[in-house]
Amino acid sequence: MTTTKKISSEPVIEVQDLVAHYGSREVLHGINLSIHDGEIMVIMGGSGSGKSTVLRHMLGLNTPSSGAVKLLGQDITRITSKEIDILRRNIGVSFQGGALFNSMTVGENIILPLREHTQLDEKTMQIMCRMKLELVSLAGFEDLMPAQLSGGMVKRAALARAIIMDPKLLFFDEPSAGLDPVVSAELDELILRIRQAMKTTIVVVTHELDSTFRIADRITVLDEGNVLMVGTVDEVRNSKNKRIMDLLGRRVREIKIDAEEYLNRLTGEQVRETG
Amino acid sequence: MRQYAEKLGRATVSGLEELGYALSLFVESFYWIFFGYRRGQSVSIAATFKQMMQVGVAAIPISAALSFAVGIMLAIQGIHTLKAFGAESQVVVGIALSVTREFAPLIIGILIAGRSGSAIAARVGTMQVSQEIDALQVIGISPVRYLVAPALLAMMVMVPTLTFFADIVGMLGGAFFSVLELNISMEAYVDRTIKALTVDDILQGIWKSIVFAIIIAVVGFINGFSVTGGAEGVGKATTRSVVQAISLIIVADMAFTFYLNH
Repeated sequence: MTTTKKISSEPVIEVQDLVAHYGSREVLHGINLSIHDGEIMVIMGGSGSGKSTVLRHMLGLNTPSSGAVKLLGQDITRITSKEIDILRRNIGVSFQGGALFNSMTVGENIILPLREHTQLDEKTMQIMCRMKLELVSLAGFEDLMPAQLSGGMVKRAALARAIIMDPKLLFFDEPSAGLDPVVSAELDELILRIRQAMKTTIVVVTHELDSTFRIADRITVLDEGNVLMVGTVDEVRNSKNKRIMDLLGRRVREIKIDAEEYLNRLTGEQVRETG
Repeated sequence: MRQYAEKLGRATVSGLEELGYALSLFVESFYWIFFGYRRGQSVSIAATFKQMMQVGVAAIPISAALSFAVGIMLAIQGIHTLKAFGAESQVVVGIALSVTREFAPLIIGILIAGRSGSAIAARVGTMQVSQEIDALQVIGISPVRYLVAPALLAMMVMVPTLTFFADIVGMLGGAFFSVLELNISMEAYVDRTIKALTVDDILQGIWKSIVFAIIIAVVGFINGFSVTGGAEGVGKATTRSVVQAISLIIVADMAFTFYLNH
């Protein structure tokens, strides 16, 4: 196992000049990011800003066109699949919909990483599973099937699975998606509690402003495949950048209305050049 | 004109891509089966047996019913055709050879494609949509090792086993009708069947069924893994996998028969 240095200036996650394509369309235009040990970094942006794509690259689920993604000092775009598998034992991910395995009970879901990666005996694994369930306030739910849980419970169970190996890096994809404000706030509390208890470096991808401001140490704002800014909560709040103000003020992008073009669109005629 | 050429080119490229994907899936599965333990990630025997139960054991009743019916059908057609030559009693040979060489593997192949190939596509497709496949990957579990290898192995064992079973039940079906229709004794029927058959005839069917098993599993997984667009996508992939698997089975059967009999 690799030992991470406890020097906060040493980034544990580094994204360098990341360029990504979907088909022939370039969706990320050279992203640079560095995330330090023990920090909560929120990657924020509207739909289509590329935030989910950045996350998929950080998890090694997509292969970039160019650039590097370094986790705990290893460039996951260069290392072998064997090395990636070992590295992944230090990484936990909580997916948007939970992504619990529907054919297994909650307990089996949480134990799965231990069963596949360790030689622990059944009793120990059960105890570890219950400890994590206690941490996410789901004690006693290990024998239920994922389909029997509510949305918030699924997310918490998924979180328990993500932290079962005590990962050094923890990723969240839209933690508040589909949850009501109260449950969502509880989940934010839980994220903060986990960081405090386990000193985990946490990356959260979201478009929820309230949640972002509650948990973030630093925020990266993405827009149309570019990093708009990286800064603390206050820096982002006080930013004079127009796009960021738009995002924070929830204003829609200005759309120029051209009467003639509008008419043409409605009637289905070819749009004439407006001069 | 150029438009059509472009379309054709694109279709060829995507077809080749799919073929390459199929091959890599197959090879990777065997990598995990043989060398998984070296990386501390062996293919789960429990999962393989579970698949074997679903693919094979659970399909025994329906396999029996279908092959028995096919046996009877062959006997009826055989007797009707051979009557023209006054050689009805030769139907025994006809049934024995056509069941073992052709009908048993084909019927089982089509049955399992509809029953288990579609199940694979639907299960994997649903897992893809709900990000369970991604979750496996980030946990550090290869989906090929965890999902594909056990199912492929189970198919490659159970489809030939079912085919052998269908050989016997199919011939029994033929015997059932012929004995009644031609007034011959069961012993005589069995005796003549054993004389007519060679190990080669049975093996020909078994070899084919192994190829069919690979086709069903790989086609199911390719379609499952490539699902996009939610529940509707899963439905489409499921249908597509059944149609593709059955078409490929029939074409492969023809090619195989040609090759083995030349």
